[in-house]
Amino acid sequence: MNIRLIAATGLAALGVATLAACSSGEEGENGESAGTGGSDQACTNEIVNEDATQVLVWAWYPSFEPVVDLFNETHDDVQVCWTNAGQGNDEYSKFSTAIEAGSGAPDVIMLEAEVLSSFTIRDALVDLTEYGVNDIEGDYTEGAWSDVKSGDAVYAVPVDGGPMGMLYRKDIFDEYGIEVPETWEDFAVAAEALKDAGAPGVLADFPTNGRAYNQALFAQAGSVPFEYDSAQPQEISIEVNDQGAKDVNAYWADLVDRGLVATDDAFAADYNTKLVDGSYAVYIAAAWGPGYLAGLSDAEPDAQWRAAPVPQWDLANPVQINWGGSTFAVTSQAENPEAAALVAKEIFGTEEAWKIGIEEAALFPLWTPILESDYFADLEYPFFDGQQINRDVFLEAAAGYEGFTFSPFQNYAYDQLTEELFAMVEGQKSSDQALDDLQATLVQYANDQGFTVN
Amino acid sequence: METTTSPARAKAGSAQHPGTVARRRQRVGWLFVSPFLLIFVIFLVVPLGYAFYMSLFTSTLAAGKSFTGADNYIKAFTDPIFLEGMARVGFFALVMIPLQIGIALLAALVLDTLATKLSKASRLLIFAPYAIPVVIGALMWGFLYSPRFGPATTIFEVFGMQAPEFLSANLIFGSLVNIVTWQWSGYYMIVIYAALRSIDASIYEAARVDGATGTQIALRIKVPMISSSMVMVLIFAIIGTLQFFTEPVVLRNIAPGAIDAAFTPNMYAYALAFQYSQFNYASTIAFSLGILVFIGSYIFLYFTRKQSGLEK
Repeated sequence: MNIRLIAATGLAALGVATLAACSSGEEGENGESAGTGGSDQACTNEIVNEDATQVLVWAWYPSFEPVVDLFNETHDDVQVCWTNAGQGNDEYSKFSTAIEAGSGAPDVIMLEAEVLSSFTIRDALVDLTEYGVNDIEGDYTEGAWSDVKSGDAVYAVPVDGGPMGMLYRKDIFDEYGIEVPETWEDFAVAAEALKDAGAPGVLADFPTNGRAYNQALFAQAGSVPFEYDSAQPQEISIEVNDQGAKDVNAYWADLVDRGLVATDDAFAADYNTKLVDGSYAVYIAAAWGPGYLAGLSDAEPDAQWRAAPVPQWDLANPVQINWGGSTFAVTSQAENPEAAALVAKEIFGTEEAWKIGIEEAALFPLWTPILESDYFADLEYPFFDGQQINRDVFLEAAAGYEGFTFSPFQNYAYDQLTEELFAMVEGQKSSDQALDDLQATLVQYANDQGFTVN
Repeated sequence: METTTSPARAKAGSAQHPGTVARRRQRVGWLFVSPFLLIFVIFLVVPLGYAFYMSLFTSTLAAGKSFTGADNYIKAFTDPIFLEGMARVGFFALVMIPLQIGIALLAALVLDTLATKLSKASRLLIFAPYAIPVVIGALMWGFLYSPRFGPATTIFEVFGMQAPEFLSANLIFGSLVNIVTWQWSGYYMIVIYAALRSIDASIYEAARVDGATGTQIALRIKVPMISSSMVMVLIFAIIGTLQFFTEPVVLRNIAPGAIDAAFTPNMYAYALAFQYSQFNYASTIAFSLGILVFIGSYIFLYFTRKQSGLEK
């Protein structure tokens, strides 16, 4: 009896976990079957040259197939075999399990910059400097390169970024006579004005599960939560409750208290609906935000979206921030790291590939030949009534971004941040207390994990 | 059992080499059992052993892996997050199990006395939620609870009231209880109903001749006679509740604030293993949960050994 019970516990948990993992896609637009790992599996795409070395790639970019086809048609010796192993955490869970198991990881994997050090600390990624990655450093912005670099090692090739801007509903702003805010002070005034004018919605949302979004807001006021260098992987500095973070948190807690912003959970069904039905007049978003919005159903047909720079704390010294953005890394399980590195470097290394990425998948390039081209600056976006949003907003945001250091246990840090912010908006904790508690929890965790915390 | 084995034994005893025959029979027996044993060992014993082996080590991000023996277990049983999760599922069990079994028993008793076509249809309808996969059921309720898509907002507006926020931290407990009760009551009802149908109808007749009312028949005759089925249903419910996982995981996508990553012990083990890469400690948590489930079921079976028929 006992063995059956315990086994049932484990089996039920595993079976159910798989189901839950399948059903938890946040953006849910890519319904392709997820791969199970292992290099002998079928590819989603067609292989053009059967005799060439095959490189297994996990990635979840929208409209990625034409990019893969383009690579395979232009390369005789190396072919990409692509699988969508799930988005974000779904993919990371599979990769993490493959690392633990010692097999089953792909050769090349799409990783967001924020989780790179979580995997380098487990020796899961290959240092690409051996494979000539430094030759292409000049093709990327400084901030983008610093995100993939740790010490002298480079663990990934940047692909797309998430420089942040402010998307707003011009029709709502016009209807209630709201000025487009340039500073956070203006932003609070606008939030109050909108409410006083009797608008049914609010100015914006403060999602407690915003994770990278909340962190980016803190960073804008100078918060540097982590100092970590994988050259000294056992040392870390943690200061998630520094003054910058506390100021920003107090600012939002005040808006929440006064009922001027919503506190819906990001990426949940209600949030998605409210994004497009006018319940929020502003969506503080990354450059991939317009693509996300356009993919949501039930948008108001007469909604007029515009893009503006993200509000600043000090207009004289603007600080640009980043939310998301992904890279290609080569895993330490790759059979042929050289071929894998070639794929990581070259798959998004042509103008043709980037035009697909920009036009079909709404990616924001970090590859300077296209980022700095007239083509990209002049691009008119029908979603914004033809506004040249890159020229107006995102190019400057991308240029001003200087990089960011994440912790080697970022997923845990985010989960704890979510819990603390939730306790704050529920009125259980003050904004300072929430961050102080977060600091204590993370220091404790880092100590338990064997780090020397400075 | 007695009647079938004794002639066989008698025959074996009359043979010339009783020992060899018995041994040969044993060998044939093992042959029949071996396919099951093979699967049992490969898919249950080995993974369990491996999980236990893993739970004896500690691997940290910065300091690597080391053998720590029972340290993980000491850590688990003093870990406030794990204990809080256990307390939470314990509370769930206290509320949810009586509710589910109560509804199931009531429905079964009512259906048992009805002999109309309507009873067949009702039986099917009450059972229907169980036929819906748990994940789908939870997703569906998630939408029903939603303040924007759900019907509650509209219904409450008719009476000029504001709908409760089913997915808020305060109400999530009740919302989860509702989903599980909705899903499982029908299943328990079918088990109880089947047990009721196997009771000889002449007993009721005798009771009625003795002047028993319908309620008396139900409570004094029917319920005691199906007590072994009731115990079985209860043990299912206890194990299921302590392992609570799917519904909160699905609702977590809609209400990540109200349901944290370690809401139940099973979710905690899952998060540890697949999100925080702490496979060793996750094995410990899973094993500790298994131990507690075993102890809980054992205690329950011990106290209900008369009713369950385990001990005459």
